Amino acid sequence: MAMFRQCPDSGLFFHKSAESLMKAHAVLGVVYLLIGGVLGLLVALTRMPSLHVLNAEDFYLALSIHGTAILIFWIIFFEMAVLYFAASTLLRCRPATPGIGWIGFLLMVIGSTLVMVAFFRGNSSVMFTSYVPMPAEPIFYLGLILFAVGALIGCFIFLGTLVIAKKENTYDGSIPLVTFGALTATVIAIFTIASGAVILIPTLLWSLGFINHIDPLMYRTIWWALGHSSQQINVSAHVAIWYAIAAIIFGAKPMSEKVSRTAFLLYILFLQLASAHHILADPGVSSTWKVFNTSYAMYLAVLASMIHGLTVPGCIEIAQRKKGFNNGLFEWLQKAPWANPVFSGMFISLIIFGFIGGITGVVMGTEQINLIIHNTIFVPGHFHATVAVGTTLAFMAITYFLIPVLFRRQLIWPNACKWQPYIFGGGMLILSLLLLGAGTLGVPRRHWDINFSDAALQFQYAGTAITMMGIAGLGGLMAAVGGAMFCLIAVGSLVFGKRLDPGASLFSSFGFPMAASCYNIERPGKLELAPIEQTGDSGVQAKGTFVLALVFLASFVVYFFINAKYLSSIWPMG
Amino acid sequence: MQRNDNQSATQGDEPIPPMQQLLDNPFMLVFIGVLFPTVFYILWGIMEIISIPAVK
Ligand code: HEM
Ligand SMILES: [Cu+2]
Repeated sequence: MAMFRQCPDSGLFFHKSAESLMKAHAVLGVVYLLIGGVLGLLVALTRMPSLHVLNAEDFYLALSIHGTAILIFWIIFFEMAVLYFAASTLLRCRPATPGIGWIGFLLMVIGSTLVMVAFFRGNSSVMFTSYVPMPAEPIFYLGLILFAVGALIGCFIFLGTLVIAKKENTYDGSIPLVTFGALTATVIAIFTIASGAVILIPTLLWSLGFINHIDPLMYRTIWWALGHSSQQINVSAHVAIWYAIAAIIFGAKPMSEKVSRTAFLLYILFLQLASAHHILADPGVSSTWKVFNTSYAMYLAVLASMIHGLTVPGCIEIAQRKKGFNNGLFEWLQKAPWANPVFSGMFISLIIFGFIGGITGVVMGTEQINLIIHNTIFVPGHFHATVAVGTTLAFMAITYFLIPVLFRRQLIWPNACKWQPYIFGGGMLILSLLLLGAGTLGVPRRHWDINFSDAALQFQYAGTAITMMGIAGLGGLMAAVGGAMFCLIAVGSLVFGKRLDPGASLFSSFGFPMAASCYNIERPGKLELAPIEQTGDSGVQAKGTFVLALVFLASFVVYFFINAKYLSSIWPMG
Repeated sequence: MQRNDNQSATQGDEPIPPMQQLLDNPFMLVFIGVLFPTVFYILWGIMEIISIPAVK
C-alpha cells in the first residue's frame, strides 16, 4: 500500500504513520510550552522585588511546574518529533514499529499528566530536581518514570528505523549529517534515561515507604547524570536543526562533513561527563573527579560546540558568497533573510547560545570560579541562554518550516511571524543578562523573597542587584509575549491557516477525512549522494565567520579573566 | 533538503577508513556513548561516595 507523500514545496517525503507521530509529539510539546511559559512569567514577576505577585507556596509550585513542564516535557516531546523526522523523513524510510511508537507516546502523555496532577494536588513542589529528602507524592516519580520509558521507546524506534533504512537501502553512503546529529541526541538520551531509572526507581520506592533512606549526595550525583545529560540531548538536537536550517534556507553544505561528524562524536564521548559541574560545590567527591570530568573531558566537548558554532555560520557564508553576496566581511550576513523566522530564529539561537550560554557555562564550570555563583540566579541566567534561546528558539524556528511542510498549512499573521523571534530572543537576552548580573552580586536562585521581609535575620542586597531583578522581570515579560505569539501562531495556523493542499487537515495522516489520499507513493526514490564539488579552501572563503570567531574568543578570554579577578578579590588568599 | 555527503565519498573498491566505520555504526556509538560516562562519571563518582568513612 502506498504510504508516502511528497511535499511539493520542500521535496521531503513523509510516511503516513511517521507523520502522525511527528504531529502528535509536536502538538503535545507546544501544549507544555504554553503551560510552562505562563508559569515562567509568574515566576519572573514574583522575582521582581517591586511586584512579588505570588505567595511563597504558590511560587515554589509555579517554579516546579515551570522547570518541569518546559525543560522536560516541551523539549522532549518536540525532540521525539525531531527523531521521527530525522529518521523517517530524511532517510525516506518507513518508521520501525509505529504501533509501539504510539505506546511510547501514550506513556509520555500519561506520565506527564501524572506529574502535573501531582503538582496541582499541591504536595509535590519539589522543583524539577526533586532532591531527596524533600518528598513528592509517589505519582510524581511514577509519572517521570513512565514519561522516560515512553521517550526511551522513541529512541529505540529511531535506531530501528536506521536499521530498516540500511537494510532496505533507502540512502547511499552514510546517513545525512542532520540524522547523525539526531543519532547523537539519541545516544545521549539512552544514557540519560538509564541514569534516570537508576535513581528515580529507588526514589519512587522510598516515597512509597519500601526503602527508608536515600543518600542525598548519591541522589545528586546520579540525578545530575540525568539532569545534565538531558540538556546535551537538547544541544545535539538543536545543533542538528541549525545544520538543517542552513541547508533548507541557503542550500548550504557543511564545510566539512568529517569535521562536523567528529565534533558530534566528541559530544557522544565527553559531553555527558560534564554532569559533574553541578556537584562542584558538594563535599564528598574529590577534586580529581570534579576536575577530570568538568575540565579535561568537558573542554573537548566545548571544542565540539565551537566547531559547530563556526561551521554553521561558515557554511552559510560560503553559500551566500557563491550567490554573489561577496562584498566586505559581512555582506553575506546583512543580506540574509532576516524577515524569515526560520532563519532569524535559528541565527539568534546560535549567537545567544554561543556568546552568552557557552561563555558563561565554561566559566562557571571551572571549579574555583563556580564558588562565586553557585546556586545564585546566575545559573538560571546561563541556562535561559542555552535552553530557552538555544534550544527553544531553534525548535520554534524549525516549526515555522514544519507548519507548511508537515501540516500543509500556511502560517497566519506573517508580520507577527517576522517579529516573534526578535521579541522572544530579545526578551530572553534581557532576562539572561540581568539574571547573570544579579547572580554575580549574590542574588540566590529559587528564592521567594530576597528582601527577607519577615525573616528574623535581616540582609540587604546591593541596590543594583534589586534593580537588575526588576529589569529581568521586564525581559521575562517580553519573552513571555514572544512565547505567547509563537503558541498563537502555531495553533492558529493549524486551525485557520490556508490549506496548501485541498485535503490538508491536522488529521489527514490519521485517515480523516477519508477523501482522496495524498499518500500515493509506494517507495520514494533512493536518497542519492550529492556530487562532490571542489570548493577549494573553504576556511579562507569564510572570512566573516573567522572574524566572528575571533570576537568570540576575545570575549571569552576577557570574561574569564574578569571572573578570576573577581574571585581573587572576594576570596583573598595569603 | 539536499543530500551532501562528501564524507562517504569513499565507496566502491577503496577500503572504508576505521573512523568512518565507527561513525557509520550506530550501535557502536550507543555502546561507547554509554560506556564513557558510566565509567568516568557514575562508577568513579559512586566509588568515591561509598568510600567516605561513616561517622563513628
Ligand atoms: C516565558 C519565558 C520565561 C520566563 C519569563 C522565565 C523565567 C524564569 C525565571 C525568572 C527563573 C528563575 C527562578 C528562580 O530561580 O527563582 C526560571 C527558572 C527556570 N526556567 Fe525559565 N523562563 C522562561 C522560559 C523558559 C524556557 C523556554 C525554559 C526551557 C526550555 C525555561 C527553563 C527554566 C528552568 C529549568 C528553570 C529552573 C527551575 C528551578 O530552579 O527549579 N524557562 N525561569
Ligand atoms: Cu550541566
